[in-house]
Amino acid sequence: MNMFLETLIGGLLAGTMYSLVAIGFVLIYKASGVFNYAQGSMLLFAALTFVSLTDQGVPVLVALVITIVVLALMAVGIERLILRPLVNRGPMTLFMATLGLAYIVEGTAQGLMGSQVKALDLGIEDLPIFLGDIMISQFDLTAAAVALILVVALSLLFNKTRLGVALRGVADDTSAALSIGIDINRIWQIVWTIAGLVGLVAGLLWGARQGVQFSLSLVVLKALPVLIIGGFTSITGAIIGGLVVGAAESLGETYIGPFLGGGITPWFAYALALAFLFIRPAGLFGEQKIERV
Amino acid sequence: MSEIELRLTGGIGEGVSTRKLTGIAVAALVVSLPFLATEYWINAIIVPFLILSLAGVGLNLLTGYAGQLSLGAGAFMMVGAYATFAFQLRLPELPLPFALIASGIVAGAVGFAFGFPSTRIKGFYLIVSTLAAQFFFEWLFLKFPWFYNGDPSATISLPAGLWAFGIDLNSPHGRYYLTLASVALLTWLSYNLVRSQTGRNWMAIRDMDTAAAVIGVPILRAKLQAFAVSSFILGIAGALWAFGYLGSASVQSFGLTRSYQILFIIIIGGMGTIRGAYLGAAFVSLLPLALDWLFQQLLGGHADAGLLQNIQKVIFGILILWFLIKEPEGLARLLRRQSGNFNTRRFPRLKIRRQT
Repeated sequence: MNMFLETLIGGLLAGTMYSLVAIGFVLIYKASGVFNYAQGSMLLFAALTFVSLTDQGVPVLVALVITIVVLALMAVGIERLILRPLVNRGPMTLFMATLGLAYIVEGTAQGLMGSQVKALDLGIEDLPIFLGDIMISQFDLTAAAVALILVVALSLLFNKTRLGVALRGVADDTSAALSIGIDINRIWQIVWTIAGLVGLVAGLLWGARQGVQFSLSLVVLKALPVLIIGGFTSITGAIIGGLVVGAAESLGETYIGPFLGGGITPWFAYALALAFLFIRPAGLFGEQKIERV
Repeated sequence: MSEIELRLTGGIGEGVSTRKLTGIAVAALVVSLPFLATEYWINAIIVPFLILSLAGVGLNLLTGYAGQLSLGAGAFMMVGAYATFAFQLRLPELPLPFALIASGIVAGAVGFAFGFPSTRIKGFYLIVSTLAAQFFFEWLFLKFPWFYNGDPSATISLPAGLWAFGIDLNSPHGRYYLTLASVALLTWLSYNLVRSQTGRNWMAIRDMDTAAAVIGVPILRAKLQAFAVSSFILGIAGALWAFGYLGSASVQSFGLTRSYQILFIIIIGGMGTIRGAYLGAAFVSLLPLALDWLFQQLLGGHADAGLLQNIQKVIFGILILWFLIKEPEGLARLLRRQSGNFNTRRFPRLKIRRQT
């Protein structure tokens, strides 16, 4: 029983990291209808920029500010050069455009800052805490707390500020938002910046875990089943999806893995997502689409 | 994206003679190519180009014609390669061409199975199914030694080399003709398929599946057909890639990068055109060479290989974006416009653009 609980809790905590990545997706998907494949490479880019700066001896706060400015500039650039010319194109085209974007961001990040693994120390000690007999990683707990703070901050932003109302307006009905004078291009820039920031937080946490390197951009592939289970349009869904995937992966590896020879984590989440899709094609919290001819 | 073209054609026999002549000239060139090009060109450029074109054709049937986005092209190629290996190893009586066809059928069946979710889910959600295939087969073929016959490095290569009906195909020329024959045959099949009722069903689904269902297109059957046929072709392309080009292959030869490469081929070449796959494959295989040459000229070989790779990546990304923004129908369209097709110029096409 203890082993079960330990696996479950470890999985849930790892799941919050998936949620963090997925939230960045949901933000962009809601506001601009783009399934942003480049979220993973943005995450890598953000973390790599930060680490390179601190490695150069730049103080942490200054490095953070510079990284945020760079991310904002990147968001503006993406909106100007990619989203604006592609406006009104099908979702597939936009998706493939973000594939191209991912290549550019990855190539730039690694070309400028090198492709070797960079260690990142956030000053969080990874000592296990014992809760009765159950061992919990302190680092995972901190990461979960950070995720929680981020989600609260985001929901405050969306529900309590003027900007948030405009963001939700665009997400709800783009043409209605346009007709009442919301500057949709600016909204896109802001949303992509926020998604970049979420990516930065996720990138730093993941990076502290496994070092800042190319494989960081592959967490995008982890986030996909999360989105499928939670739905593309719901932040709550992204969180719950992340928890479900995290728990299922770690339980699956422990209890089902041995029967299949182990190492099933890479595809287990996908199989789970497919099973979910058969039951609810739009995810747990996604909106059902009504099609008209 | 979608448009309907009504083309007024000229009288019977008009323009046929020049087209026929060009066709014969191209065919003669293609057949005699091994005697004109150096061995390096055949081995390192022409054979992989042909195989990538074939893979592009296969994916194009699914993504370009039937509109089902797939990120798992590499997985179906992998299935084809490992199936050919298994047939050649365990059923040596089966001649290579039949083994290739049988592997194609195995890959087609796998595609059929992984296409099943497409009957219930659409669009982005579908990439989950194809990505699941990608990760599942990478795991499967690495996990169980049966698939690679317990080879210590987990690679596969044909036990007896390339032989078909007693003819040795291991030389560069042999590989070239084997590849050429398979590619030509399958391209011809695909070309006819997309102009048949099946192809029209696929295009109707791509343009709007709800509307297609309303006019009576059998959605379920057509989607599964697209998955099966596309995977059949991808499977054979994978087998050729493994044994005709690489010689020995592993799971890494068909990773996610390969899937993206095939997808880029059809984006750059042109979605929903057969010739686009060839143009895209030519572009994708020649661009790295051209860039290498350019950097050699500019930097005189002092450049760092890792940096070059990253620059190449950035240029690729920019090109993809450029094509999506400026020429969504890819090189195929660009070429048609530049060459100023004779018929088109005299009888301008009537274009009906659907607002989306």
